[in-house]
Amino acid sequence: MSSLDNKHNGSARVGVYICHCGINIAGKVHIQDVVDIAKKLPGVTVAKEYKFMCSDPGQEIIQEDIKKGLIDRVVVASCSPLMHEPTFRGAMAKADGNPFMFQMANIREHVSWVTKDKGLATDKSKALVAAAVARVMFHQPLTKTQVPVNPNVLIVGGGIAGIHAALTMANAGKKVYLVEREPTIGGHMAKFDKTFPTLDCSACILTPKMSAVRAHPNITLWTYSDVVGVDGFVGNFKIKVKLRPRYVIEEECVGCLECIEACIFKHGKFKDEFNVGLAKRKPIYVPFPQATPLVAVIDPETCAYFRAKCKKPCADVCEKKAIDFNQKEEIVEVDVGSIILATGFKTFDASRVARYGYGKYPNVYTSLEVERLVNAAGPTGGEVVLANGKKPKSVAIIHCVGSRDANSNKYCSKVCCMYSLKLAHLVKERTEADVYNFYIDMRTPGKGYEEFYERLLLEGINFIRGRVAEVTDWAMTPDEEEKLVIRAEDTLVGKVRRIPVDMVVLAVGMEAQPDADDVRRMFNISCSHEGWFLERHPKLAPVSTLTDGVFLAGACQGPKDIPDSVAQAGAAAAEALALIDIGHVELEPNTAFVRDEFCSGCRTCMNICPFSAIAIDTEKDTAVVNGALCKGCGTCVAACPSGALQQNLFTDEQIFHEIEGVMNYV
Amino acid sequence: MSDKNVAGSDFEPRIVAFFCNWCTYTAADLAGTARMVYAPNARVVRIMCSGRLDPQFVLAALRKGADGVLIGGCHPGDCHYQEGNYKALRRFTLLKTLLAAMGIEEERVRLEWIAASEGDKVQRVINEMTEQVRKLGPLRLEQIHQIEGSHHSAAQVGKHAVMEGAV
Repeated sequence: MSSLDNKHNGSARVGVYICHCGINIAGKVHIQDVVDIAKKLPGVTVAKEYKFMCSDPGQEIIQEDIKKGLIDRVVVASCSPLMHEPTFRGAMAKADGNPFMFQMANIREHVSWVTKDKGLATDKSKALVAAAVARVMFHQPLTKTQVPVNPNVLIVGGGIAGIHAALTMANAGKKVYLVEREPTIGGHMAKFDKTFPTLDCSACILTPKMSAVRAHPNITLWTYSDVVGVDGFVGNFKIKVKLRPRYVIEEECVGCLECIEACIFKHGKFKDEFNVGLAKRKPIYVPFPQATPLVAVIDPETCAYFRAKCKKPCADVCEKKAIDFNQKEEIVEVDVGSIILATGFKTFDASRVARYGYGKYPNVYTSLEVERLVNAAGPTGGEVVLANGKKPKSVAIIHCVGSRDANSNKYCSKVCCMYSLKLAHLVKERTEADVYNFYIDMRTPGKGYEEFYERLLLEGINFIRGRVAEVTDWAMTPDEEEKLVIRAEDTLVGKVRRIPVDMVVLAVGMEAQPDADDVRRMFNISCSHEGWFLERHPKLAPVSTLTDGVFLAGACQGPKDIPDSVAQAGAAAAEALALIDIGHVELEPNTAFVRDEFCSGCRTCMNICPFSAIAIDTEKDTAVVNGALCKGCGTCVAACPSGALQQNLFTDEQIFHEIEGVMNYV
Repeated sequence: MSDKNVAGSDFEPRIVAFFCNWCTYTAADLAGTARMVYAPNARVVRIMCSGRLDPQFVLAALRKGADGVLIGGCHPGDCHYQEGNYKALRRFTLLKTLLAAMGIEEERVRLEWIAASEGDKVQRVINEMTEQVRKLGPLRLEQIHQIEGSHHSAAQVGKHAVMEGAV
């Protein structure tokens, strides 16, 4: 079919409205020239310009023209349709126009902001307006279909962001499925001793929330589990979760930990992940005493039973008979209407900056390791000690390791200055050591943050402005023997210094989770260059994604501290609640449809639809599109050899005329 | 803008760009928000998915006077609709064979995977393509094939040739 031959609707009356967007567009495009050309386009009855079309008075101009009967379809030349298409469609609907008799010409993002020459920008604007007019002539009135929203929510990640979102939703009476891949919830916050700038105890404020999650009747908590399948769309997602076997029956285990005592390994022998390798654990363990759920886990990689058989003293000692070596992986399926991703971050691998000697010198630590050292529940009981067990007399904290560095990450990780100050305070408090902070810039925006910095200055912490060149054990003077020497330029004094210390702390930055790319594919969202999940709009939709019904909370969207993560989690929960409370979603009517008279029943479309939305009407032997399943990609339309399939809002004739419009007025 | 039939230094290529809504169109918006200046020669037609790209659209653009066509979709594995970009790739591969048979240089029709975060890639690809097509000069499709007024046959033949292999 060649729809180029079709005649457009002769009675169409198009209103064209060119937006100045302040000087955003008007500064680069001769608005009046575009209005003049628009007036001459076939079908155009009204062409106007206004400073801000998206403002109320701007929308009213359109509404009045509709009410007066001057126009029955609208072209607005302004910003991206991804920005304001809903605004103008809404304005039309309010004036009893059909919101789909509308097309936007993107002359801001695609023209005025990216074009140097004013004349060329004006030419390009004319072409885009002409294309939109040519296309809107073939628009048909459409109605949105409504589908109900399932009130259940899936939250992925049980760190502070996931926990806060889960409790907010559950307290509002919604059913929450919280999935965490570690054996316990709590995330990074559970590893910290104190939180800046208030120095309140991290566990004291976190563990009550963890217990509340476990106890909440509206929350189903799946730890040691992964989301393995996501299907469906906003309001109607189908989720598959894999529950990995922990070889301990969660419902039976009372958390007495007798099994751990009874293990044939009398002492911990394997890397303790929770203590970032600073301690050893047994094959059967709980990550930490307040783990939630407080249920032991058996690691099959290290358990003797799985390797060489064992008499299973752990199972014998368990009065509840909770240990089950036959446990198998289980897949559960749930239906939810919205999803909150709170998958968090990982810390930068300090060994990537070889000159700081991490992994080479035993007394070079990462900040996360020192968090565990200062933690009363950590491997040293809160003692800050060197590898040889002695207290350090001097400690250097190097800022911006893996942040603000063209060799690793260009961005600022936002939290490191503040946690370095916190660690400086705690280390000084515990050891009375001399503490040196080496920083590029001190970044302390936040409530009470700058005041905390002031306090540290008064506490006698040393601050040296300069990026550290290297950490070395090469002594040049007797003072430097047996020490780690920091070489750095003190940029405030203007000279190179060598400072010998006993312990070095690397303030590692935040990075996206290593599997962020797999996760975003599963949930059909985007990532920034650095791997952070991409929000719908950096300012105005910071917790939404381009996929409706999928929201973001916490550091998976970018570096964030605890207050910011909690605030964002609350915002994500509010967005999800809003969706649930409306009770339905309106689907964009850009679905495919079949024109029976052209369909030969060849089934080409049926085979290529990824959503199985097309079936065959056996009586007529023609294809039928199921509008509820069709997601509106248009792949079948492009494949139909006879042009029988068309896509609403993207019909062949609309696109052909858009092409023609774009070429005719260049 | 200059007359496309006049080859030489003042020749300004005309490029029609078909961008998918979710990745490449969003990337072009990002390029705008970040004020990445690039050649004004490409005009974007938005489609929901690169899988919607009917090869006839490319032929229609060339016939209507475009000197080049750019198609932008999500990276393999990233399609918002699971696999529309793979369909686009298969159709594109066959379309190129057809275009070669029509005497149209390979560089005039280009397929690029551009993710929503890759505003800089939109800038680079449009600049590159504009220069490439500028070097090739105007397409002058009518003069090559004398198909003015009989677009029906060219588009139709193209579509069927492509569809048979692509699906």
